[in-house]
Amino acid sequence: MSTVYDGERGEFVAEPAADTVPLLAVKDLRVEFRTNDGVAKVLNGVSYHVDAGETLAVLGESGSGKSVTAQTIMGILDMPPAVVLGGEVLFHGEDLLSAKPARRMQVRGEGIAMIFQDALSALNPVFTVGFQIAEQLRVRRGLSRAEARKGAIDLLDLVRIPHAKQRVRSYPHEFSGGMRQRAMIAMSLALDPELLIADEPTTALDVTVQAQIMDLLRDIQRERDMGLILITHDLGVVAEVADRIAVMYAGRIVEQADVYALFRGPAHPYTEALLQSLPRLDLKGQDLKAIKGLPPSLTRIPPGCPFHPRCPRAVDRCHQEVPDFHPLPGDRHSACHFAHEMLVSGYPGSNPDKHSRGLSRGDA
Amino acid sequence: MTDPGSVGGGGPALESFASAEVADLATTQSDERQRKPRSLWGDAWHQLRRKPMFAISAVIILVVVLMAAFPSLFTARPADYNNLDFASQPPSASAWFGYSFQGYDIWARAVHGARATLLVGFFATLLTVLIGSVMGIIAGFYGRLTDAFISRFGDVFAGLPFVLGAIVILTTFNPPGSEPSGTAVLIQVILSISVLSWPVSMRIMRSATIVAKQLDYVKAARALGASTRRIIFRHMLPNTVAPVLVYATIALGAFIAVEATLAYLGIGVRPPVVSWGVMINDGKDYVQTSPHELLFPAGLVTITVLAFVMLGDAVRDALDPKSR
Amino acid sequence: MNEPILQVRDLVKHFPVRVGVLFKRTIGHVKAVDGVSFDLRKGETLGIVGESGCGKSTLAQVLIRLEPPTGGTALFEGRDMFALRGNDLRRLRRDVQIVLQDPYTSLNPRMTVGDIIGEPFEIHPEVAPKGSREGKVRDLLDVVGLNPEHINRYPHQFSGGQRQRIGIARALALRPKVVICDEPVSALDVSIQAQVMNLLGELQRDLGLSYVFIAHDLSVVRHLSDRVAVMYLGKVVEIGTADEIYGQPSHPYTQALLSAVPVPDPALRGRREVIRLTGDVPSPVDPPSGCRFRTRCWKAQDVCAEEEPELITRVAGHPSACHFAEAHVVVGAERENS
Repeated sequence: MSTVYDGERGEFVAEPAADTVPLLAVKDLRVEFRTNDGVAKVLNGVSYHVDAGETLAVLGESGSGKSVTAQTIMGILDMPPAVVLGGEVLFHGEDLLSAKPARRMQVRGEGIAMIFQDALSALNPVFTVGFQIAEQLRVRRGLSRAEARKGAIDLLDLVRIPHAKQRVRSYPHEFSGGMRQRAMIAMSLALDPELLIADEPTTALDVTVQAQIMDLLRDIQRERDMGLILITHDLGVVAEVADRIAVMYAGRIVEQADVYALFRGPAHPYTEALLQSLPRLDLKGQDLKAIKGLPPSLTRIPPGCPFHPRCPRAVDRCHQEVPDFHPLPGDRHSACHFAHEMLVSGYPGSNPDKHSRGLSRGDA
Repeated sequence: MTDPGSVGGGGPALESFASAEVADLATTQSDERQRKPRSLWGDAWHQLRRKPMFAISAVIILVVVLMAAFPSLFTARPADYNNLDFASQPPSASAWFGYSFQGYDIWARAVHGARATLLVGFFATLLTVLIGSVMGIIAGFYGRLTDAFISRFGDVFAGLPFVLGAIVILTTFNPPGSEPSGTAVLIQVILSISVLSWPVSMRIMRSATIVAKQLDYVKAARALGASTRRIIFRHMLPNTVAPVLVYATIALGAFIAVEATLAYLGIGVRPPVVSWGVMINDGKDYVQTSPHELLFPAGLVTITVLAFVMLGDAVRDALDPKSR
Repeated sequence: MNEPILQVRDLVKHFPVRVGVLFKRTIGHVKAVDGVSFDLRKGETLGIVGESGCGKSTLAQVLIRLEPPTGGTALFEGRDMFALRGNDLRRLRRDVQIVLQDPYTSLNPRMTVGDIIGEPFEIHPEVAPKGSREGKVRDLLDVVGLNPEHINRYPHQFSGGQRQRIGIARALALRPKVVICDEPVSALDVSIQAQVMNLLGELQRDLGLSYVFIAHDLSVVRHLSDRVAVMYLGKVVEIGTADEIYGQPSHPYTQALLSAVPVPDPALRGRREVIRLTGDVPSPVDPPSGCRFRTRCWKAQDVCAEEEPELITRVAGHPSACHFAEAHVVVGAERENS
């Protein structure tokens, strides 16, 4: 946080107001899916924020609510079956959930843009890639046909598509998976958004292409000082690009911390278990410490802490009392009754030393 | 270009962005159901029962089927009950649909006519689906030349305009002046409908089979050494029959209308056999003087066809897990 | 060292690309697998890694005889498995089984779990007399960590991880000697992956299975494999023990692949060597001349376009198909030193 000199009081104080409003803040978001088979509590009070130039990774398994949160922010949630029960989506402090449709429309693209996992279905197959990018520039920026075309070529260049001048005339199916993802990134950048939400942008891609795309996203974000929300299930990707992490489980944020701190010592047993269950390129062992059981059904989330049935640390209290998402030293938060103890005992987290792995191999 | 090497070898097959969460919802919903296991057909039935559209169409179809099976439940008069004294009388308490120009009780005749109409609809559908499905499975399963041959052969029939084709077939069998027996004409009508419409169900079955052949569980069964018969009957048919079933339901309605068309043209079922089509044919000349003679049988055809189409819609929705 | 149970030599699988409506013309071939050789030893896991389009899944289908090979041989326990017919082929089906990738499509939705796992016994009735089948199915459910009481449930009543266990139980029913695992965990959630990987490890130890473990995830392969083969465009570019491949990769593609895998440790950020390949994998219909990797390789010279490098041991004690093979540590160095 930057400081300014306060003449009246004669001291340095934290810079007030203008700068402390985050680029985007989600507050206590609650969403349900109402279907014939019951009510699924998809989001149960999700709060996070992201600043300009910052990368927030939202980590979670399928069904954790990470994509639904993003869709609520973008206002592209299918309603019904979804029902937004409450909460706020503050973009520069302005609540988008209560904003008029026209205003939301304006924010979409110019303020916040989104890219998806499946670029092929996100691009319209009957128009050329160039046309689809140029169309946005024409409609939203009022550029002429020629200017828009030029803009589209520049954008394709920006996302490092070789021979952009020729490729601008290609249809989505003529692109490879990696190229399509690049084209979609180009499209999302057309209106110069302040925040980009990337929903599993590399999950469908091969590792070597994934690395290219992640490099591209990181470079673009740095150049433009853009906020980036990276939604993923891949702890490896998170470790390489994120500044902060929010870990989601059963429609809640269970832990939120600086990326280094989180990998050094997680403050929630779920994060800890995820880190320990991961096969790693640079470590070899026979048995992984798997998390027992399954994520809960969202129609029947267990009482108390939703993770307690799978948690090795769970005690009676966890069965009854929903833990607060409370602050911890070092600007981090956790929704575990024993977060303090976890940090103090200095659990190995991302550094499972080889000896403990060797032992678990012997046990089995 | 397709690259068989990439099949299944690509990136993680996580569902696309939104469906990942939706799919998980589906699994969580199925957790819910774990206490009372149900099959997919059971689920479909459960789904059907709650649809008003299904209830309405089922009731209509049930009534028509009862008429065909037990006409005496609906009328005491025989089909050829005839009293020229009442010719062209409008509907009354004694004859709900009135009398025809020739003095027939239209209600009684319609009740008895349901049988021929339904027989044509039912057997034409059965035959169409049987021929089409067998051809479709063979074409889809063996592929290559077999597929090319069957598909082009089917195109020949599908290419013929339906009514024109039926006229050609039926007049060839019964040249003007011939007096075929009622049963013979019934069978000819059924056959000509089936011959002209099997390509549709063949195409449906063929594409379902091609999809099913690529499914992982069919691969797994082949890897276990399962015979062709086992693969087709145990793994493919139960999963490919749904779209054909939907088609069959809608086709049944359509074939009832076709029966009426052919009878109206005078080349289909004809007296002494009574069908709704025959009645429409009878009534067509007296629209001006006694419109009820045409309107009632035509209305019956319309309502029945509608009922089958609605049923087909409901069945399709119920069998499609995505629509739930 | 154990004797080989499966010896694959120069295996080739080409798919014709056809056009035309009635009379199809062949306009080329997808060279999905183009001369692959390896040995699988008894009780070991051979990992096969590569990106999409490298031919690893086609390899699996040829090895379980779902697709006939275009050329080459594979000896299973010394007998040419592609020459087997009739009863010998049925016998082979019992010995070589497959676990497929997608737990949502690999189980017939209209069959109960009991029917799915019991089907191998129906196809091979000699393995288990009729009366004993239900008991065997229950045992199998227990072995893969599912509740034997769930025998009458349908696949859609299970989660992805549980379904994958059902698929594993089906593959194990006939007591195979070799199990080909085609991306068995890549469709599963992170927290479930570890459970299934552990199960595969346990089963191998308890039942003495040999695995061909096909995956695109190098971390997963490292975890389970004794030896690893790296494939690129239908060919094996490097093969060796897991320690050799991960510790001293000598083919540039292997090095790039390893460098691209994100390591879940932010402390290594900026400390790992970055090798970024440009472009995409070329089409397997018309692969580059000479070395197939040369179009994306930073070491490529003229000789790479003219002469195809053989898969032989040049450096680092294991075979690598590169004219300029050079052992190079990409991962794990810092960790080993610290």
